[in-house]
Amino acid sequence: MSEAQLKDLEEIFEQRIANDEKIEPKDWMPEKYRKTHIRQISQHAHSEIVGMLPEGNWITRAPSLRRKVALLAKVQDEAGHGLYLYSACETLGISRDELYDQLHSGKAKYSSIFNYPTITWADMGAIGWLVDGAAIINQVPLCNTSYGPYARAMIRVCKEESFHQRQGFEIMMSLCNGTEVQKQMAQDALNRWWWPSLMMLGPVDAESVHTEQSMKWKLKRKTNDELRQQFIDQTVPQADILGITVPDPDLKWNEETGHYDFGEIDWDEFWQVVKGHGPCNKERMNARVGAWEEGTWVRDAAMAYAEKQQNKKENQAKAV
Amino acid sequence: MEKNWPLWEIFVRSKNGLEHRHFGSLHAADAEMALENARDVYTRRSEGVSIWVVESKNITASNPENNGELFEPAQDKIYRHPTFYTLPDEIKHM
Repeated sequence: MSEAQLKDLEEIFEQRIANDEKIEPKDWMPEKYRKTHIRQISQHAHSEIVGMLPEGNWITRAPSLRRKVALLAKVQDEAGHGLYLYSACETLGISRDELYDQLHSGKAKYSSIFNYPTITWADMGAIGWLVDGAAIINQVPLCNTSYGPYARAMIRVCKEESFHQRQGFEIMMSLCNGTEVQKQMAQDALNRWWWPSLMMLGPVDAESVHTEQSMKWKLKRKTNDELRQQFIDQTVPQADILGITVPDPDLKWNEETGHYDFGEIDWDEFWQVVKGHGPCNKERMNARVGAWEEGTWVRDAAMAYAEKQQNKKENQAKAV
Repeated sequence: MEKNWPLWEIFVRSKNGLEHRHFGSLHAADAEMALENARDVYTRRSEGVSIWVVESKNITASNPENNGELFEPAQDKIYRHPTFYTLPDEIKHM
């Protein structure tokens, strides 16, 4: 293909997106579009899969059967979300194996929030309320993104996500209406999860390298800072209802802007965790890689069994 | 691992009276496992009453590059639409 032809194709492509047309797997797309989508969709899928680990920690210790079935269902949803997203990602011409390799080798990232430990039961509440809350804010605009399979996967994810946030808030609510020690436990969880949740919405706009291109491709419909502000504005009144305090002395309602002003985020911490130096990066990767490797014989056995059944069927057909 | 589990396309009928619709895909060792996994992955909240699974490699798809010769001929055959035919105003329903 000549350079001029390529440029024509790119122009037609950008025009289609500008017209709100969807791009489907077999359509021509610029290499950069394909790569950017593989990066973002796979990161998203990896986050769902690794995101099961901090919560899995509490399934056997949930305080009641009601909490336990809810937590199990939530973790199962996360596995499902990971699978929807991996399958959307595979339509871009990358195999599941390559995707797993990228995760296991550390080449691909996942949301850094999952590198924090879940040390009390209140963390299950805080994760549902804050982490899933931030995730929803991030994800809802993606239901309209330009790549068809990703948009369809996101619609399914978003439908299921609101249960996650509500069950988290309910856990916080029970603790806050409980004994003094329980309320302190809820406050402590908010203290530890608040700032990482704000970081989850990504670096500030001025430092976000992908924002401009991603906005053009509708892979992003609002900037990180806009999403963060939206999250803070909706979450602070919820903390008031719970009767616990957001750990930010600079947090203040601004009558003029109609938004909350908030304090400085510790971006050094964010980058440290992204680079692998968070409290649980190693633990998470070991758990994930371990599960994959220890499952090898199961996957091989299933394949061998399927082949045997297939051969049996073929031999029976021959015998008739 | 010796061999990867193949990819399957999943179609779900959400209720009787509606057609099966493509829901997504998943990996499974055989058709039976694909059905069981599809149940868990795509119908956790009663989204379906029937599931079809088809190994992805068995699907032949048209190529969007050929959309011109495949689909454009239909555009100039306006006589296939009812509005191509003129009727007197007195006829209200036809």
